[in-house]
Amino acid sequence: MKAETVAVGGLGIGMAAGRYSQGRRRMVVGAIMLAAALGALGLASLAIGDEALRTNLPARHLPPSWQHPFGTDWLGRDMLARTLEGLWLSLRIGLAASLAGTAIAAAAGLSAALYGRTADRIIGWLADLFLSLPHLVTLILIAFVCGGGLQGIMIGVALTHWPSLARLIRAEALQLRSADFVHASRRLGRSRWWILSRHLLPHLLPQLMTGFLLMFPHAILHEAAITFIGLGLPPDQPAIGIILSESMRYLNAGMWWLALFPGLALLLLVRSFDRLGEAARAVWSPRRSHH
Amino acid sequence: MEKLSFSALLRFVLLKLARLGLLLAAVSAAAFALVSYSPIDPVQAYIGADVMRVGAEQRAAIAAYWGLDEPPLARFFRWASALAGGDMGTSLIYRQPVADVIGERFWGSLLLMAAAWLLSGVIGFTAGIVAAMNRGRLVDRIVRWYCCTLASTPSFWLAMLFLMVFGVWLGWFPVGLAVPAGALAAEVDWLDRLRHLALPALTLSAVGIAPVALHTREKLLDVLDSDYILFARSRGESGIRLVRRHGLKAALLPALTLQFAGFSELFGGAVLAEQVFSYPGLGRAAVEAGVRGDVPLLMGIVLFSALFVFTGNLLADIMTRLIDPRVRERGMPK
Repeated sequence: MKAETVAVGGLGIGMAAGRYSQGRRRMVVGAIMLAAALGALGLASLAIGDEALRTNLPARHLPPSWQHPFGTDWLGRDMLARTLEGLWLSLRIGLAASLAGTAIAAAAGLSAALYGRTADRIIGWLADLFLSLPHLVTLILIAFVCGGGLQGIMIGVALTHWPSLARLIRAEALQLRSADFVHASRRLGRSRWWILSRHLLPHLLPQLMTGFLLMFPHAILHEAAITFIGLGLPPDQPAIGIILSESMRYLNAGMWWLALFPGLALLLLVRSFDRLGEAARAVWSPRRSHH
Repeated sequence: MEKLSFSALLRFVLLKLARLGLLLAAVSAAAFALVSYSPIDPVQAYIGADVMRVGAEQRAAIAAYWGLDEPPLARFFRWASALAGGDMGTSLIYRQPVADVIGERFWGSLLLMAAAWLLSGVIGFTAGIVAAMNRGRLVDRIVRWYCCTLASTPSFWLAMLFLMVFGVWLGWFPVGLAVPAGALAAEVDWLDRLRHLALPALTLSAVGIAPVALHTREKLLDVLDSDYILFARSRGESGIRLVRRHGLKAALLPALTLQFAGFSELFGGAVLAEQVFSYPGLGRAAVEAGVRGDVPLLMGIVLFSALFVFTGNLLADIMTRLIDPRVRERGMPK
């Protein structure tokens, strides 16, 4: 699904920019590979079932082997299976949170640009307010307020990540608002909503999608951090942060595989999304200077 | 150099103070409103494990003692007026004034953050310069690869790796805490403190390198593309001398600004690093306050972190004004 939307967006915007075709091809290939990896991850987490996650005490604390490539934990559960499950959960939380964050950013940025000075001031001030606290402190506060759980993490991550994208959208929308075709539409008596949906949103779509793609890895990292701290999910929902925080207790005993592989998997996932986001930005906003 | 007039300076200070006051007022109001809607019962948080031994009447007495039986608005005004007088309330889990807890713990965190801040700034700036001077070559690619990878690394995982490699395997550094376990405060010497500081600070700085290095690289590349560099090159200048004479100052300002503006990330990173290394700083206190429902301490830390981030931004602002003549003349009229 993701690869498709990305490819369509690339075709739409790329018409004017032939010389970016190489970057675009790289992006599409990257997107397809990532989508395939995600599909495999989803399928794997469906296929794993309870068998691999069941307590199996004779097989506890096994270092990596062919049978258990990531080793087993203190209950004899297969770490590969747990890692895949955890990644899948983190991925879904990150997706929901960054979609919400992008939506907030779009709404805030557009309102700031279109609904007059007062709205602009208020939204700018709100953005400053959210930037005035370290992300992690805001996350702790919101997770505490929501009493832990999925909801708190998603709300927290969405609320901490919108300001910078909202500013970008606002600046872009301000420029678009004074474009000739928007003036023409307004003189023709089009409604504000019509102009918004027909003129502004299509132009802002690449920004929004890039913003989303760049927000997504951050969302996953923050989600992992907050669950690692112990403020997020209950231990029966093993997101990747929980797996890592549990492995903390066994580091002194030299069980390196409990921490190394889940973290490495998380790193790879985040890194590939980050690369996709950067590639998308390079293709969709040619203004960026050095590469 | 132009002399700063006194009235302009006064106006600057007053403006910033007003901003800070407004910010703290807004943050405390918002945070208080949020916290008062939390489903976590503060009385329960206070009682903790003694649930079975506390009856309904005692609960009511505890609620009355902490003022928890009043409506939220009344509580807010009481809390805010006490805050204005310097009293931040009493921490439920440490059983001492919040201001004391924060004051005590901040020094540990400050030491950690300062070490990481310096390290990441120096290494990041140098790496950025080297990468820009070798644009497109192997060194540049390595620096960029390193920065991008580090930007997607969960910092707490990096901390765990350091812990495993340097703490457990090699045994070079202690595994946790700020001082040897069980030692009296008077017996702890500086060397011990440094040894306990090394791994957390290293983790924190490794994370902070990436933004500075990438930013410095971009800025220096901008400069190297400019006409005056072309002119300098045509006069025969090249290499380190060229960069030192014409590029360094231009790249230093954005790097410094970024470092100061990065106080927010630094604080967040410190929370995670302290958590992994059981380092007794403000970050750990924040986590415990959140996990165990210590509302007064949480509020205190929220406000304190806002103040900390504000200070960073203020320093960045002052730095820009001091170094950049363009901003100086625009921002502070005589």
